[in-house]
Amino acid sequence: MAFITATASIRGKTLTRNGTIQYQDASLVLPEFLLQAYAALKSDYPKFYKMDPLSKLGFLAAEVLLADRPLAAYPPEAVSLVLSNAHASLDTDTQYLAASRTVPSPALFVYTLPNIVAGELCIRHGLKGENAFFVTPAFDAAQVASYVDLVLAQPGAQGCVAGWVDVMGEHHDVFLYLAENSHRGLARAHTAEQLNTLYTGLWNN
Amino acid sequence: MEQLMADLKRQIIEALNLKHLTPAEIGDDQPLFGEGLGLDSIDALELIVLLQQQYKVKIDNPQDGPKIFRSVRTIAEFITAHKPA
Repeated sequence: MAFITATASIRGKTLTRNGTIQYQDASLVLPEFLLQAYAALKSDYPKFYKMDPLSKLGFLAAEVLLADRPLAAYPPEAVSLVLSNAHASLDTDTQYLAASRTVPSPALFVYTLPNIVAGELCIRHGLKGENAFFVTPAFDAAQVASYVDLVLAQPGAQGCVAGWVDVMGEHHDVFLYLAENSHRGLARAHTAEQLNTLYTGLWNN
Repeated sequence: MEQLMADLKRQIIEALNLKHLTPAEIGDDQPLFGEGLGLDSIDALELIVLLQQQYKVKIDNPQDGPKIFRSVRTIAEFITAHKPA
């Protein structure tokens, strides 16, 4: 039996951890919000500035999700990453297409795949377990729960960062959670029902 | 040369999204890769694009890249020597 031990979200230019606001400024456009949220977290990771909005969103959510270093005791190979979204990398693809009318930007090109955000998070947090990225029309709690359960059932598996990281222009919707085989933190049962409750609860706040 | 190096520092910060740096924090002879500014291979490609767009200068021999991109000063020297009249 796996448990949801922590959550993080970014919606309506509000960054939360376990439902508690970490940073909020709805008056900013999304690119500026991302920079200000990064500054507020006082992370020291210059690569952040080079990331596309999708990776920046995933980075910020993962920073607060894993702020207490809950994975420190696990071997890197014991922690996996399972992400999903609706728009893949279309936000950056569009920017790259526009930039390509003059001289294509190599720095933009490297972000024209949705799973680049997974790579950024694996590098930042030293995750070396399985990673996967699914594109679905909407957050599919049943599919995510089922896949993460399979990952956590593998021999040696101990944790999995999972959830939804979506962006298209100003639209952004991020819901990450940490699933572990240990009963700690939020200690909610890792079920599709719980995930739906946590995810849809964000919309109601 | 001094003005060119000052321009290059601003353009490098803009092109490579080095928003944590100011031009004053980049030394004229500071190594740009490795232990210096820590630029990577994608940054090198962006620098090539920058030279083409801003100065109409192309690097014909890729083997010369490490020498040309060693520092802001070496880039400025390359531009000065190869910029179209």
